[in-house]
Amino acid sequence: MAAEAVPALPEGTTPSGSRLAGRLLVFEGLDGSGKSTQARLLVKWLQARGYRVFFTEWNSSELISDTIRRGKKKNLLTPTTFSLLHATDFADRLERHVIPPLRAGYVVICDRYAYTAFVRDAARGCDPDWVRSLYGFAPKPDKVFYFRVPVATSLARKLASRQKISYYEAGMDLGLADDLIECYEKFQSRLKREYERLVPTDGFVVIDADKPVETVLNQVRREVRPLLTGFPKAEALVHADE
Amino acid sequence: MPTNRTYGTKLPGMPRDPFPGKLIVLEGADGSGRTTEVDLLREWLEVEGHPVVDTGLRRSSLLSEQIEEAKKGNTLSATTLALLYAADFADQLENKIIPSLSAGSTVLADRYVYTLMARAIVRGASRSWAEKLYGFALVPDLTIFLDAKTDILLHRAIAKYGSLDYWESGMDLCLSRDRFESFYRYQSLLRAEFGVMENRYGFHRVDANRTPTGVHRETRDLVAPLFHPEGRRRR
Repeated sequence: MAAEAVPALPEGTTPSGSRLAGRLLVFEGLDGSGKSTQARLLVKWLQARGYRVFFTEWNSSELISDTIRRGKKKNLLTPTTFSLLHATDFADRLERHVIPPLRAGYVVICDRYAYTAFVRDAARGCDPDWVRSLYGFAPKPDKVFYFRVPVATSLARKLASRQKISYYEAGMDLGLADDLIECYEKFQSRLKREYERLVPTDGFVVIDADKPVETVLNQVRREVRPLLTGFPKAEALVHADE
Repeated sequence: MPTNRTYGTKLPGMPRDPFPGKLIVLEGADGSGRTTEVDLLREWLEVEGHPVVDTGLRRSSLLSEQIEEAKKGNTLSATTLALLYAADFADQLENKIIPSLSAGSTVLADRYVYTLMARAIVRGASRSWAEKLYGFALVPDLTIFLDAKTDILLHRAIAKYGSLDYWESGMDLCLSRDRFESFYRYQSLLRAEFGVMENRYGFHRVDANRTPTGVHRETRDLVAPLFHPEGRRRR
């Protein structure tokens, strides 16, 4: 007796093991570089043009946010455990929220990606090759936008927003300075140095984040447009299904 | 061999000098008599005058609850689970194993990264990825692999618990819906993986298809030279 055939996946999606059907766009940069604003504007623009878009930001997943929060609160984390916990969080988030829409043929926009871990963990003294190898499971983005901003601007925007600067965010665990703000500034300088190191090796598209919002917006759109030539829109997918 | 060597990357802030303490690892499946042997070795070493700290997997205060929760839900992928276990292991390494070795204690590890690697690999993780991931692990002074045949493990598990554990049967791998068959296949896969690692990492294989007394006599002979390097044995 012949076994019933497994139904084929819909057209425009990725069968297991082949190149991902969707597009992966990543926004990276220091806090206060304007990357989140631009990422959201791009989402709106693409949606308005009829693309299926999925937006995700890397702050925390359901899985281990409690542990990270608890560890941070009690300052229990070392650079290695900090790095591994964030990698766990990233893997979980990637498998739940990034890979499925990519296979389904969405444009996935990530506010922060593995590069955030590369720079943050390197700034904490972890071996950069080791950190990169941890993230070996992450698909390579179609485009990475790096929002370059002077540390002073990042700091000024952070302070103006009146958000509380956390212990780890300021890199206080490294003891770079006793004062929180001074430490934050020093740690951000380290992060910036690490980002700059990745510009040539990872082919970042550098965005001068000091420019006006509209100028940046147009630059981002110009970079994204060619990636979407012939890329199916939501309607087309619906029609193909009928 | 100094005990502050790792397989790959060094941990930030690792001491440069060799540790005065010894790291002894016991590996082997559930039912291989591993825990019994850890207890016997500990007793013997303490009688000989060596302070002993024992450690195992999933005992860190940072994550053990989290791992139990994650296992209950059973929705994590091989990658996520391997990273979660690595975080837990790193926490124990930095907060328990290294301080104990620095203080001159003998650390008896009831399972080590090899188990974590084998579990990840049989679940589809690539060997090179798993090796790099756990590259921060210290190279033990001695690793003893208690090797028991899968059918012996099976009988011991049934005799001890009256049933086969979901995870020890590798039910999450979907090898078979039948737990008996799944246990057999999963444990055979793990054993094969340990066979590969045996040469790669220089395990000392001890035949664990025997009674605890026979196993203990052999492991003691392996451990003794670490403390009496000139071959001088106290009576």
